[in-house]
Amino acid sequence: MKLGRVIGTVTPCVVADGLRGVPLLLVQPLDGRGARRGTPLVAADATRMAGPGELVSYEGGREAALALDPWFVPVDHAIIGIVDQVSRPDWSAE
Amino acid sequence: MTLARVRGEIVATIKHPFYEGRRMLLLDQLTPGGDETGDYLVAIDAVDAGVGQTVLVLDEGNSARQIVDRAQAPVRTVIIGIVDAVDCPA
Repeated sequence: MKLGRVIGTVTPCVVADGLRGVPLLLVQPLDGRGARRGTPLVAADATRMAGPGELVSYEGGREAALALDPWFVPVDHAIIGIVDQVSRPDWSAE
Repeated sequence: MTLARVRGEIVATIKHPFYEGRRMLLLDQLTPGGDETGDYLVAIDAVDAGVGQTVLVLDEGNSARQIVDRAQAPVRTVIIGIVDAVDCPA
């Protein structure tokens, strides 16, 4: 799992079966101290409750598809949780 | 499996049901010499690891799901050991 910041939403007009109604969010990956690192990606929101500005944990790969219901769907990143707190002394949330 | 150091806990109220009641820890990945590689992982904890400890971490889905005994859990990264010492003379 990795940490990211939701920076936007994606609204598709046509999606593969199983992805209908699944929110797609733009996520900026963060490093272990909360700084932005890497290029933003599009993740399916398995919590269905995340929104722009929120800190989230996301899973990549096959595990991302397992987070959704129905579970065998074509996604490579899925938001697993909305993070309230990171208890790391040198964490600085951007 | 790789070596990592536990740096803190992550608290999330809204999360996938599989993660209810499971500790999520923030880990910095380490070289065999104990230096940070600059990469990190968020893992669930199977061994009651604590902040500051060096741990053995698994980042592969099938093995992780075997450890938690859930065939369809959306989990890939699990702490599976606490490391006392690493001997790497080279």
